Amino acid sequence: MPDTIISVNGLIHRYGDTEAVRNISFEIADGEIFSFLGPNGAGKSTVINVLTTLLPVQQGHASIAGFDVMVDPGEVRRRIGIVFQEVTLDRDMTVSETLAFHGMLYDMPRDLMKSRIQELIGIVELSGKRDTLTKHLSGGMKRRLEIARGLMTRPRVLFLDEPTIGLDPQTRMRIWDYIHQINREGTTIFLTTHYMDEADQLSDRIGIIDHGQIVTSGKPIDLKNALGQDLIYLETTDNSSAIRIASTQEAIISGEQKKNGVVFIVSEDGTRILPRIIDLLRENGIGVLTINMKKPSMDDVFVHHTGREIRDAGPEKGFSPKSRPGRR
Amino acid sequence: MRTPGFVVIFWRDMLRFVRFRTLLLSSLVQPALWMAFFGIAMSANFNLLTAEIPVPSGLNEVNYLTFMSAGVIAMTTLFTSLYGGITLLFDKNWGLLREVFASPLRRTDIIIGIGLSVVVKSVLQALIILGFGILLGVQYFPGYSPSEVAVAVAGIILFVTVFALGFVFLSSAISITMESPEGLQGVITLLTMPIFFASNALYPIEAFPDVLMVISAYNPLTFLVNGLRYFAIGDSFFALGKMYSYGAVEVVTSLTGLVVFTVLMFSIALWRFRRAVVT
Ligand SMILES: Nc1ncnc2c1ncn2[C@@H]1O[C@H](COP(=O)(O)OP(=O)(O)OP(=O)(O)O)[C@@H](O)[C@H]1O
Ligand SMILES: [Mg+2]
Repeated sequence: MPDTIISVNGLIHRYGDTEAVRNISFEIADGEIFSFLGPNGAGKSTVINVLTTLLPVQQGHASIAGFDVMVDPGEVRRRIGIVFQEVTLDRDMTVSETLAFHGMLYDMPRDLMKSRIQELIGIVELSGKRDTLTKHLSGGMKRRLEIARGLMTRPRVLFLDEPTIGLDPQTRMRIWDYIHQINREGTTIFLTTHYMDEADQLSDRIGIIDHGQIVTSGKPIDLKNALGQDLIYLETTDNSSAIRIASTQEAIISGEQKKNGVVFIVSEDGTRILPRIIDLLRENGIGVLTINMKKPSMDDVFVHHTGREIRDAGPEKGFSPKSRPGRR
Repeated sequence: MRTPGFVVIFWRDMLRFVRFRTLLLSSLVQPALWMAFFGIAMSANFNLLTAEIPVPSGLNEVNYLTFMSAGVIAMTTLFTSLYGGITLLFDKNWGLLREVFASPLRRTDIIIGIGLSVVVKSVLQALIILGFGILLGVQYFPGYSPSEVAVAVAGIILFVTVFALGFVFLSSAISITMESPEGLQGVITLLTMPIFFASNALYPIEAFPDVLMVISAYNPLTFLVNGLRYFAIGDSFFALGKMYSYGAVEVVTSLTGLVVFTVLMFSIALWRFRRAVVT
């Protein structure tokens, strides 16, 4: 059983009247990758800012590597690295100066600093850009440089606030690779994101956060399995009656009306239940117009727990034909 | 080899100073321009007005350019140091200060690092004005031996350093507290005016109304100018139809005044930095 490295208890944070964080508690094990998944304004950055000592602890407790964030901020700072949500690079410093400045802030010995800069610039593939001013880097390069900066001091815990926001798919995937690599070398990762796939692919555990509260948490696979075997989406001639009638079936965990259709969460293999449901509906004079079926995704987990889409996407988008062909 | 915290901040500020060529050049050329235009124009006037006033025998009469060149050094130092902390406001607004605040670096190191950078710039500017002044015919160091000149230059650097620290600490305290660059600009302009004009930098203060005279007597800029004139021109001289004499007491008092001011400003800066939240 690995040790707990981050422990947060009853954390509350207000900005004036806005209660941004409402009684959050969680623990992260040493060596874990833990994600906060939540929509804009959920309170993710606020939690990170409190844990990284940039904001005071107003109420509750937080400790990192055994040091209380409020009592020993200096000790905490020595053990963490941060990649902020917004770009925080000095536009008029070069790539290597940026890293050197960071190393000096943490009082790194010169030799170690030099070799670390060399190594990290290689890892994040900026070797050709060593002496380029950061204002001349592309968005993805800037992000990679910030990640390298966060790693300069080999922190016990690395905080990544939306590490791949606004990046192209290739760059995102490469950054995920770095994160995995860093983690394998022993750094605990706490990241926030509002990308479902990112949370799903990267994390050992996810906490879904909304309105300043953790609504659920667990391993990605467990969160998805908890939703049942399959999701079935139907468009029918009478959606509300369809829910009432189909819900008499035992395998149907829940039915919910969407904009144009209904979504059923089922506890058995959907391919077997679906013909029965269609027959049942037809017997009751309800015609089925469209069928789609898929395994629950993180999106569905999120919608299930927060009652809303994280992005402005209709339910149909969640059911892209690619996920499992079912239209007829 | 490790680097003390304040050196890290100092290094970065100097890096920017040197990197922005125009900033570097303008900050070095500007004081020289003041001397060249304002100094020469004004001295033509003043020398004309005061030409009739008899000089007491045995006194060193100095022209207006010499008299005001100490004022130009003082003014340049005032501006450089009062604007020196502004970089902190930009760093804060651009999010650059977050990296520093989340690091183990102590807050005092930020204050001192920026202070040191401003001292270097101010001393550099003072030396340029001295050098340029000599080219223009300013009568510095009258009859000094080389070792006396060395002491005088050291004295000038000492006064400029203490003064610059005091005002950059003040500037840093304001910058870390305020949100908008425009507001900061306003506050600094508001501060500069009385400090500059209620002082003996450009003209004697004896003719001031009483209130203004009291203010100017406790004005750090007056302290600085006292020290500069003492070291650059001598302990007694005649200028603008008036005799000036600075004894050791005045110089020590002025220096003490500056040190007290600077310590006070440092405490204020420290207090503001301890309270500052940067997100
Ligand atoms: N400095 C601030 N002053 C006042 N309110 C703030 C401040 N920072 C954040 N908030 C509010 O606190 C809430 C949580 O914000 P936070 O930045 O923590 O969200 P987030 O989950 O990081 O969102 P995003 O995905 O957009 O980054 C929001 O309602 C936000 O408006
Ligand atoms: Mg955020």
